[in-house]
Amino acid sequence: MSDMDVIEAAKAAEKGRIARFRESDFFWKFRASPVAMVSFAVTVILVLSAVFAPLIAPYNPFDPASLNLMNGFSAPGVPNAFTGETFFLGTDDQGRDVFSTILYGMRISLFVGFAAVSFALVLGVTLGLIAGYVGGWTETIIMRIADVQLTFPSILVALLIFGVAKGFTPVEYRDQMAIWVLIIAIGLSDWVQFARVVRGATLVERNKEYVQAARLIGRTSPAIMLRHILPNVLSPVLVIATISLALAIIAEATLSFLGVGAPPTQPSLGTLIRIGQGFLFSGEWWILLYPAATLLTLALAVNLLGDWLRDALNPRLK
Amino acid sequence: MLAYIIRRVAQSILVLLVVGLVAFSMFRFVGDPIDNMLGQERTQADIDRLRIELGLDQPFVVQYYKFLSTAVQGNFGVSYRQGRPVSTIIAERAPATLELAAVSGILALTIGIGLGVFTAIRRDGWASNIIMSVSLIGVSLPTFLIGILLIYLFSVELDMLPSFGRGEVVDLGWWTTGFLTESGLKALILPSITLGLYQMTLIMRLVRSEMLEVLRQDYIRFARARGLKERAVNFRHALKNTMVPVITVTGLQLGAIIAFAIITETVFQWPGVGLLFINAIQFVDIPVMAAYLMLISVMFVGINLIVDLLYFWVDPRLRADRAGGH
Amino acid sequence: MSEPVLSVRDLVVEIPTRTGVLKPVDRVSYDITEGEILGVVGESGAGKSMTGNAVIGLLDRPARISGGEILLKGRRIDNLNRDQMRRIRGKEIGMVFQDPLTSLNPLLRIGDQLTETMLAHLDISADEARDRSIAALDEVGIPAAASRIDSYPHEFSGGMRQRVVIALALCAEPALVIADEPTTALDVSVQAQIIALLKRLCRDRGTAVMLVTHDMGVIAEAADRVAVMYAGRLAELGAVREVVQRPRHPYTEGLMGSTPLASRGQRRLRQIPGSMPRLGKLPAGCAFHPRCPKAQEACRVDPGPDLSADQGRAACWFPVEQVEVAE
Repeated sequence: MSDMDVIEAAKAAEKGRIARFRESDFFWKFRASPVAMVSFAVTVILVLSAVFAPLIAPYNPFDPASLNLMNGFSAPGVPNAFTGETFFLGTDDQGRDVFSTILYGMRISLFVGFAAVSFALVLGVTLGLIAGYVGGWTETIIMRIADVQLTFPSILVALLIFGVAKGFTPVEYRDQMAIWVLIIAIGLSDWVQFARVVRGATLVERNKEYVQAARLIGRTSPAIMLRHILPNVLSPVLVIATISLALAIIAEATLSFLGVGAPPTQPSLGTLIRIGQGFLFSGEWWILLYPAATLLTLALAVNLLGDWLRDALNPRLK
Repeated sequence: MLAYIIRRVAQSILVLLVVGLVAFSMFRFVGDPIDNMLGQERTQADIDRLRIELGLDQPFVVQYYKFLSTAVQGNFGVSYRQGRPVSTIIAERAPATLELAAVSGILALTIGIGLGVFTAIRRDGWASNIIMSVSLIGVSLPTFLIGILLIYLFSVELDMLPSFGRGEVVDLGWWTTGFLTESGLKALILPSITLGLYQMTLIMRLVRSEMLEVLRQDYIRFARARGLKERAVNFRHALKNTMVPVITVTGLQLGAIIAFAIITETVFQWPGVGLLFINAIQFVDIPVMAAYLMLISVMFVGINLIVDLLYFWVDPRLRADRAGGH
Repeated sequence: MSEPVLSVRDLVVEIPTRTGVLKPVDRVSYDITEGEILGVVGESGAGKSMTGNAVIGLLDRPARISGGEILLKGRRIDNLNRDQMRRIRGKEIGMVFQDPLTSLNPLLRIGDQLTETMLAHLDISADEARDRSIAALDEVGIPAAASRIDSYPHEFSGGMRQRVVIALALCAEPALVIADEPTTALDVSVQAQIIALLKRLCRDRGTAVMLVTHDMGVIAEAADRVAVMYAGRLAELGAVREVVQRPRHPYTEGLMGSTPLASRGQRRLRQIPGSMPRLGKLPAGCAFHPRCPKAQEACRVDPGPDLSADQGRAACWFPVEQVEVAE
């Protein structure tokens, strides 16, 4: 099975170069696909509103001074019975504006997602390059670990890493460190895909004449890897990164929903959904459904974008 | 073939040893085991006595060996939080998880393979297109959201099915089952759909793409050219050839169901091992975490091994290659 | 003369594409009589396999028959529904594919593949089907057939597998066999054996054979008559001896000139300049005219006279006038 992956990845690397020559073709495909354009637009809008959340959000949900418990449980668009204030998406039990908490929550979700994928990408690409280029024992060890990790579902790996890391963190720092632990846990659960593709491509590129030539003129191994091999694996890496982002956002939401991710003091979308679930039966559906709908839109948009990217850059990369 | 099996078993044992090492390190280095076991009122003598009792004065390797040998006997120590042996707690919880996983697995397997074959044979039909589009959304939906939405629909709005727990269970002494009561069966519906849905879409998409690949093969054309019935071509010839890759992924996915049960059990407050594990992580209950880690590893490694052996059973070419020793 | 087993009349196969309708088979007509082997020869893409697939009703979508008729023993079969056509495949028309390595299902024992075919078409018991399967394997020259019937395809060599494929194609005693490049994927040393086997079995049973190949050598060896195809059309049709020794269509002449054949006693091989045009880019008039040494104005406008089954040998305005060489 891994041989097939190598071949697939090799093909991916081959095509990567062609894809770059066809910048305009890529753009044309984008323009021809309504799904791609819509999901791209939705992703950009959501990312921008998360980045500029402090400017857009009408309230700062983390500023206790701006909170009024009397505003609690305001229904969306209905003036509050006590204060007369109206909240577009309603408020939660503590009187926090749901719209603002969603913006801030998405900020955390996206931050964790991007950070985890970046971590996985750097780790995976580095290990993949080393494994492919150096070979021998180094390669065997790296790829064995990858194989073993792949047999476990990544959410379980992330959970276990999170659990272990939490255990090792002193109690007083646990909440503070939670976000970083989360990033490391998700990142560590996701590096394998990058490493496998990059290693496969590297194995092919390593024996090409231009790499041999670079070696002959005395380039060092790291220089060859970075300047010659890396550019050839960029397009499959980009595809995996996009799909991984969707997965990382879902993984973060899942962990936070399970109560082992982002703490209530820094709620992500998953934390918000966890909080909202408690009010499902008492009729305050908006506390749950708006964050859920946001998470759904975000995950679906990034997923569709990744799916399209995969087909557009390389139909055979699976 | 025998050499191959021995090699695979050896690899599996190596993996388990590494997992055991992680579990042991958690015990040994997370917090102080003595702190965890002795209360505030303790003397230095108590501490020293416990150190020797627990073997903490011995070399690392010896401690590791002792840890493993007690774990293999099913002894994982005492839960920090509940103060009861971990093995007892897990034995109580296991039936709930296994029943849920079994129902979900059967659901995912039968419906997944059925829909996969259907969408491959009727490739351009409208029904196939709808199923495929819905499945794409299904893959993007996080499991816990599916569970919540199902609760919202069937428990809150329609008030048809319970939203949490196992319902009434019958105690068979060594096993508790929800299969024998109406409320037990009802309680199973939503969680098993939630748990099985993702695996179902995955299996369906895999069966479909493998099936499409196989339907392009020469031997399928030849089977058609021999005038075999469509049903024989699709099921006897095509489906059997899709089984090799399907078995791999399906085997792993069925294992994944037990892992994903963590999420479903949390959503539905299902009193299984997964929920136990989540609570253990929240409270840093190391013995429970370590036990879960080791049990699930044994399970995954076992499934992997079985999947590998299944190949030989399905594909006569492999049997011959291995037996002939090339 | 008895009724032909297969009669193809003005067959047209179309493939609709975004840029227009392609015609991989265009107004092709020929007959095959009982016990006769008709060779269909041409370059890849000439439409010879497509013709065979059309006859057995296995065109891949979106290709479809858009004109003409196919008659099997006088009965029209091109307009049958799926189930009726299925009953004809295997029972009335057998087919042998090119690559024996891929045309047998790797996961089923060859005996099972034989019996399932017989049971699908013949009213016999499973035991009887098994006995007949052993006999069929024996007949195609599989040694120790009774013990090898439970083997899997990978346990046979390529040549042996093609024998199994032939046994499968013939096991329900069809009146017509379509052999699509049956020897192309085989070792040269095995090719002659397979052709001889096919020839013997069909002679014995009076089976009509449509032998599709790009190899003139195979045609000369095995066929009674030959149909030469070029860019979807029939270029020439006639007795093998006639066509080989006195080709009338300039394309056939070129083809013969480029094939080493002992019977022609030629000294040098020549090649036809250029290559066959792709289907979407067929020139007006006769498709061969850009490559034809004898092309004239008429050839650029009119595709040439139609070849029907009984009149004319070459679809050419200016057929080669063979000077009778003193032998």
